Amino acid sequence: MFQKLKQHRFLFEELVKRDFKTKYKRTVLGMAWSLLSPLLTLFIMKLVFTQFFGRNMEHYTTYLFCGNLIFAYFNESTSQGMHSLIGNSAIFSKVNVPKYLFLFSKNVQTLINFALTLVIFFIFCLFDNITFTWKFILLLYPIGCLVLFNIGLGLILSALFVFFRDIQYLWGVFTQLLMYVSAIFYTIDRYSVPVQYAFFLNPVYLFIRYFRKIVIEATIPSVWFHLLMMADVLIALGVGCWMYKKYNTRFLYYV
Amino acid sequence: MSILEVNNVSIRYMTGDFKDIGLKEYVLRKIKKNYNVVEFWADKDITFSIEKGDMLGIIGTNGAGKSTLLKVVSGIMRPTCGYVRREGSIAALLELGSGFDGELTVRENTYLRGAMLGYTRKFMDETYDRIIDFAELREFEDRPFKQLSSGMKSRLAFSIASLVHPDILILDEVLSVGDGAFRKKSEQKMREIIGSGATTILVSHSIAQVREMCNKILWLHKGRQIEFGDDVQAICDRYQDFLDGKLKL
Repeated sequence: MFQKLKQHRFLFEELVKRDFKTKYKRTVLGMAWSLLSPLLTLFIMKLVFTQFFGRNMEHYTTYLFCGNLIFAYFNESTSQGMHSLIGNSAIFSKVNVPKYLFLFSKNVQTLINFALTLVIFFIFCLFDNITFTWKFILLLYPIGCLVLFNIGLGLILSALFVFFRDIQYLWGVFTQLLMYVSAIFYTIDRYSVPVQYAFFLNPVYLFIRYFRKIVIEATIPSVWFHLLMMADVLIALGVGCWMYKKYNTRFLYYV
Repeated sequence: MSILEVNNVSIRYMTGDFKDIGLKEYVLRKIKKNYNVVEFWADKDITFSIEKGDMLGIIGTNGAGKSTLLKVVSGIMRPTCGYVRREGSIAALLELGSGFDGELTVRENTYLRGAMLGYTRKFMDETYDRIIDFAELREFEDRPFKQLSSGMKSRLAFSIASLVHPDILILDEVLSVGDGAFRKKSEQKMREIIGSGATTILVSHSIAQVREMCNKILWLHKGRQIEFGDDVQAICDRYQDFLDGKLKL
């Protein structure tokens, strides 16, 4: 696969450029907007939920931001990645190119967006009197996992979207529900212990939790926590790759 | 040693209700047993081979399975049975106009298309000016692609594609592009490529063109191979008879 990537490097670069340019339509505001919109969400959430959940909590803004940051990236990456195959059907039905390139290039773009939001996140942390420790370096682990997890889900979704066009609505509903069970604006310690464990079945919650542990509590999650996250990533990637391999030559019939 | 060998290739094609339906409808139809997928053989037992420097013409009426066969030859599709063995690189110029992005400029689209065709960045940097001049689009370089007329679009597509130097070149109805003046230029360019010794596969509805240019010919009809050989004139005569209704298959 790396051999192939190298061979198609020029195409990949051009695809990334294309995705970037069409996304922001050469406007300055386009870029600013994609940063502004998560900040607005954050602002509204802070305004509304501080009264209910943030009263007795230190660093509630950072707590919220962790959740928003991860969830927005997950949401953007998967829902845009879903369109990467169909959107490029005119290309892959005429030229023999590896089909995962389209998804990868979309993911590069969302990753850049995520990186920019991350910078703003750290600036916010400064204002919220968060102490920066060496443990922040460990954030690279959940970020790396999240990137791969998003790619895995992107592979699955973009393949499914070729076959079933209403996946986009179903996924929209699903992510909305997922947001409510990801403890973005509330804490889970009021639930019973079994329910609290049930939260760990949600991969998105894992990523958010990891961030909060490092940034707010300055503690390192357990080894099991790391392994569980890794398992989620491997499952998503595994299923995604398998689908692409299996249906590689059959996507053509559906477009 | 032949450069391309197609051996007993059959391709089963699917069509039917599965396009553009959603998951909900799919489940409903499955329950009602109202889900129809029609499978048919787009190509059945096709066998031919070409040598280096050959120019193969593929003829046949609409729905004969020509485009499907080319997709298998170029590796976009895989045959259901049989195998394709090819030596060296292959470039297929199928339906040139599609696959551009309307939002990007002409320049960006040129690079993107070049990348799709497997050129390197260095090669594109070197040849970009030639491409634009050949397509006569110098003044449109930085305009969004969607502002171009369809003739201009296909002119650009042709100009980029005509730089390929593959071992095997596949041309699907691309010899005639643009208005009168450009058509002449593009045909000349095409002949240049063919004349430089490339092995070429040409799909054409113009019998005259095939008679003039090809030294081997493959006649397909409804997915079946009617004839293959190097007696181009005789096969073209029979195909003409068939088109005139004098010959029944």
